[in-house]
Parts: sequence; C-alpha cells; structure tokens
Amino acid sequence: MTMKASSRQANGVTIVSLCGRITLGEGSVILRDTVKSLSAQGHKKILLDLGDVTYIDSSGIGELVSAFTSVRNSGGELKLLKLTKQVHDLLQVTKLHTIFDIQEDEAAAIAAFAR
Amino acid sequence: MNVSKVSYTLESTLESVNRAEQTAAEIAARSGFDKDECGRISLAVREATVNAVLHGNQCDPTKGVTISFENTLDALTILVHDEGSGLDPALVPDPLAPINLLKQSGRGVFIIRAFMDEFRFRTMSPGTEVTMIKFVRGPGSRRQQGGFTSDDESKLTAGERRHHR
Repeated sequence: MTMKASSRQANGVTIVSLCGRITLGEGSVILRDTVKSLSAQGHKKILLDLGDVTYIDSSGIGELVSAFTSVRNSGGELKLLKLTKQVHDLLQVTKLHTIFDIQEDEAAAIAAFAR
Repeated sequence: MNVSKVSYTLESTLESVNRAEQTAAEIAARSGFDKDECGRISLAVREATVNAVLHGNQCDPTKGVTISFENTLDALTILVHDEGSGLDPALVPDPLAPINLLKQSGRGVFIIRAFMDEFRFRTMSPGTEVTMIKFVRGPGSRRQQGGFTSDDESKLTAGERRHHR
C-alpha cells in the first residue's frame, strides 16, 4: 500500500496524517518531501499522526529521525501522535522513544506545543 | 525430524525486498508464530534483504539474492545470501550510543538482532550470508508444521529460481 500524507492546521499546529507504509523507497520519500515542504513554508510546529501507519522499517525510522532533527534545526518542533504497536515497538527497541515527544491524544498534543 | 526447506533467488531490486518480506510473513504465520512474531520475523528478513541488495550487491542487476527458509518443529531458520562484498555487522556502529542515536541510518542489523533469537554473519566466496533463527516458544513448543505451499511461489514469479527439498 502506497503511503499518503495530508496536512491541516489546528491552533497554529500543522497536523500531518500519514497513512500506509513508511519503508525504503516511496513511503520514506513522501515523508521527507512533506516535512521539507512544510519547513520551507515556515511551519514550525509539526505533529505527525502515525495512527494509520501500517508498517515501518529502519529506513522509515531513519526518516522520522531526520524529520525531527531538520525541524528542530530550523527552530521548530516535531511531535508524534498515535503510534501503532509496530511503530511503538521499533521506537522502543531503538531507544528513540526517549527522543521523541509521543502523544496519544490530539488535543493534548496541540496543547503540548504551547508549553 | 520433519524438515521442509524452500529457497528463492531474487533480483537485486527494492521490489524483491517487498516480496521477501511478504513471503517471510506468510511462512512465519503458517509456521505457527503469532501476529507480533510474524511482524518481527518479516521485518528482520526485510532488513537483511535490504542490506543484501543495497550494501552487498549494490543493486547490480547481474547479482542475485538467495533467501532460504527452513522449517523444523522447533525453529524457523532463514538465510539471506548476496553476491557482493557485503556488510560486516561488526563494523556497524552501535545505534543506541548517544552519538549515533539521531543518525538517519545504521539500525537494520540492530533490529535483526533484537527481533530474532540468533543472528550469524558469514563471509562466503563470493558474497556474504546472514543466518537468522527464530525458535518456537512455550510449553512443549511442538507446533503444527505448516511447511511451504505453492502460494509462496505465487509471490515470487518469473525469472526467479526456486528449489524445494
């Protein structure tokens, strides 16, 4: 299944909903291009909704890390919302759950940007 | 002991990576592993195949990747063999080290080690071979053996060589 990305605004936060697989090739490229484009447009608060991500591999994990560092380096902030079990397991195994701010509730995630 | 084994030789493409992952998931499911374990096994196979295609064969269309699944009552053993110079896992930096934690790449071998019970790496002539083993757990751990079916072959079609034993 090809990954799809769509974005919307809520209280100054750009919520990017990702659906499908984030793997080497298309999914990773779509994620990279989406975050790059949003950063170029000046979006500083980005919330990646991973609730519909069905599968992720090490390339996809690397792309999440790259998105996190690129947004941070441009003075912004990137958080993750609604991890599936597979994504959660991989972030835990790779200790990246200690790096990302991971939220389960959208309203709480948006509020967390203001803190 | 009842043993079944099947092997495929795939082209060095990303499409082969997807097919290897899918085949691994199906074989793991028929071998009696639960959904979570099937996901871990298929991801390990995906990562090993990515390494074989990208780092081993460097996407050279003249070089193949051979993947073997051996199913016994106690374990599923998977071998991934490329024809390139390979990737020595001993030289891969620890992705959990603070200095490496935010690097974009370098987690594939670590994930394989984390998700499989055994991981071995062997330099061949030519190429390199990775062996991954997942043991069946639980009391008695004598599962019903699913073996391999023609469905496996339907995922891996024209141009690929298949060997059954």
